Amino acid sequence: MPNLKAMKAKEKLVFSIIVLVLVLAPLFLTDFRVNLLGKFIAYAILAMGLDLIWGFTGILSLGHGVFFGLGAYSMAMYLKLEAAHGRLPDFMSWSGLEALPWFWKPFTNSAFALLMAILVPTVLAFFVGFLTFKNRIRGVYFSILSQALSIIFVVLFVGQQAYTGGTNGLTNYKTILGFSLSNSSTKLTLYYISIGLLILTYALCNFLVKRRIGRILVAIRDGENRVRFSGYNPTTYKIFVYCLSAALAGLAGAIYVPQVGIISPAEMGIVPSIEMIIWVAIGGRGTLIGAVIGAIFVNGLKSGISESFPDVWSYFIGFTFIVVVLFMPNGVVGLVKKIVGNLVSRRLKSLS
Amino acid sequence: MQTYILQIFNGISVSSILVLAALGLAITFGLMKVINMAHGEFIMIGAYVTYLMQNLFVAYLDKSLFGLYFILAIPAAFMVSGLIGFVLEGTVIRHLYNRPLDSILATWGVSLVLQQLARTIFGAPNVDVKSPGWLDGGLVISQGLQLPYKRLFIIALVIACIIGMFVLLYKSKTGRRIRAVMQNREMAESMGINTRRVDAYTFAVGSGLAGIAGCALTLLGSIGSTLGTNYIVDTFMVVVLGGVGTLLGTAAGGLLIGTANTTLEFFTNTSLGKVLVFILIIAFLQWRPKGLFNISSRAIDE
Repeated sequence: MPNLKAMKAKEKLVFSIIVLVLVLAPLFLTDFRVNLLGKFIAYAILAMGLDLIWGFTGILSLGHGVFFGLGAYSMAMYLKLEAAHGRLPDFMSWSGLEALPWFWKPFTNSAFALLMAILVPTVLAFFVGFLTFKNRIRGVYFSILSQALSIIFVVLFVGQQAYTGGTNGLTNYKTILGFSLSNSSTKLTLYYISIGLLILTYALCNFLVKRRIGRILVAIRDGENRVRFSGYNPTTYKIFVYCLSAALAGLAGAIYVPQVGIISPAEMGIVPSIEMIIWVAIGGRGTLIGAVIGAIFVNGLKSGISESFPDVWSYFIGFTFIVVVLFMPNGVVGLVKKIVGNLVSRRLKSLS
Repeated sequence: MQTYILQIFNGISVSSILVLAALGLAITFGLMKVINMAHGEFIMIGAYVTYLMQNLFVAYLDKSLFGLYFILAIPAAFMVSGLIGFVLEGTVIRHLYNRPLDSILATWGVSLVLQQLARTIFGAPNVDVKSPGWLDGGLVISQGLQLPYKRLFIIALVIACIIGMFVLLYKSKTGRRIRAVMQNREMAESMGINTRRVDAYTFAVGSGLAGIAGCALTLLGSIGSTLGTNYIVDTFMVVVLGGVGTLLGTAAGGLLIGTANTTLEFFTNTSLGKVLVFILIIAFLQWRPKGLFNISSRAIDE
C-alpha cells in the first residue's frame, strides 16, 4: 500500500532535483536557452496557481491568461517608463497622446509596479469570483464566463492602443532598476530570482495543501454540496483560491516580462489560457509537482518542435490533449505513480 | 429613422447567425452535458464544403447553373458536418459523458487538429466563395434604405432551421426520445430508449446545423481556418444566457446578444461594445444564474 508520507517525500525529492538541474543549467546551456528556462519557470509558477484552482478545487478557469497578462503589463509599464527616461513612451507619442495618463504615472516606481502586478489580478479575481461563485455559477458555465473575460480583456487592450500599446503590446525595454537588460549578468540574476520565486511558490502551495484548507478544496472538487451541508461555505474558499491563483499568475507575469522582453494581448487570449491548462493536465493535475513538470516539459517540447516543424506542433498538442484527457486523467505524474505502484505491489507479491 | 431600422435589421441578422450556430450546441449540451469546443470547426467545415461545392460546379458544370451550387451546398454542408460529428461522437465524445470540464479540453484538442487539417488541405490564407447571382442586391424599402438579400436569406434560413428543429424535437418520435433522455437519462434508459443511439444522432444533427451556419457565413465574407474561433465564444455566451436545452432559450439568447452587440457597438466603439455586453450578461446571471429558459428539475445539482 503506497504510503502517503513517502509519496509526498518523493515529490519533494523530485522537486529538489528539478531545482538543482535548473540552478546548474547556466553552466552547460547557452544564454539563450537559460533565458528560455527562465520563461518556463515563470510558466511553472503560473501552472502551480492553476493547479491549485483546477487540480485541487475543480474549477476550470479558461481565462487565466488575463491575470498573467495583467501582472506582466504592470511590470512592463514600469520597464517602459524606465526606457523612456522621463519622456513619453514611443507608442504613446505616435498614438497622439500628449501627456502621461494618470494611471501610468505611479509605475515609475518598481515596487509599486510589482505590488500592482500581484494586486490588480487579485482584485479582478475577487470581483469576478464574488459575482459568479456567490450565485453558484459552477462548472461549465464558469469556464465559459472565464473565457469571455479573457476575450473582453484582449479586445479592451487591443482597442485602447494609446494606453496599452494595442496589438503590438509593450516591448523595447532597456533597463530594470538601473541594470541593463541585455547584460548577461542581469539576465542571470533574473533567472536565479525566478528559481527563488519558484521555490517559494512551491513551499507556499505545499503548505496550504497540507493543512485543512487543502482538504476542504479537494472536498469542494469532489462534492461541493456535502461541503456546504457540513457547515463550510464553499464560496469563501473558492474566492480565496481563485484570488490566490490570480496573484500567482500576476507574479509569474511580472517575472516573465523582463526575461522575455515583450507582452502583448495575444498572451492574454483564450488560446494561451487553454495552453496553460494543457501543461497542468499533461503534468498531472492535483499534484503540484505535476504542474511544474508539465509547464517546463510541454513548453520545452513546444520550443523544440516549433523551431523545426511548426505545423506538426498543432497536430501533436491536439492529439496529446485528447489522449491525456481521455486516457491519462492524472497526467504524467499519475502514470509514473501507477507504474511505481504496480512495480511495488508485484515485488511484494513475489516476496510473499 | 432609417439608421434605426438598419441597426435593428443588422442586429437581427447578427443574431440569426449566432442562433444557428448555437442551436446545435445547446441541444448537445442539454442532452449529453458535453461542451463541444470543436463546434466552431464544424462551422468551418460547412463553409469549406460550400467552397468545394462551388469549385465542383465551376469545374464540371455549365456557367448558367452556377447559381444552383448554393442550394445544393446547404444539405451537403449539413450532411458532411453531421457525418464528421457522428464519427467524432463515436470516437471521442462518448468517453466524456457527464464530464463537461474534460469535454471542453478534449474537444479543444479536436478543434486544434481540425484547424490544422484545414490549413494543410486548403492552405492557410482565406478563400473566397462567390455568392450566387440571385442573392445580389437588396430589398429597397425606401430611398437610401436597402436590406441586402444575402442577410434576408440568412434570416429566412435560420427561421427554417428553427422550425425544422421544432418539428423534430416536439412533433416526432425521435424528438420525444431526445427530450426524454435530456430530462432524465436513467429513466429513459429504463424505459427502453437506446441512449447511445440518441446521443449519436443528436450530436450529428447538432454538428450538421453548425455546418449550415458555416454555409451561411460564406455569404458574408471570406473563410479560413480560424472561422470557428471567431464565433465559438459568442455561441457559448448565447447558450449560457439562453439556458440549455430549449429552442426558445437559444433563440432568445441569440436575439438578445446579437441586438445588444450591434446596438452597443453603434453607440460606443467595437471594443467597449463587447465589454458592455459581457458586463450585462454577468449582471443578468446574478438575477437568473441558469439562463433565461431552462429545464428545471428538482435535483440539487441541475
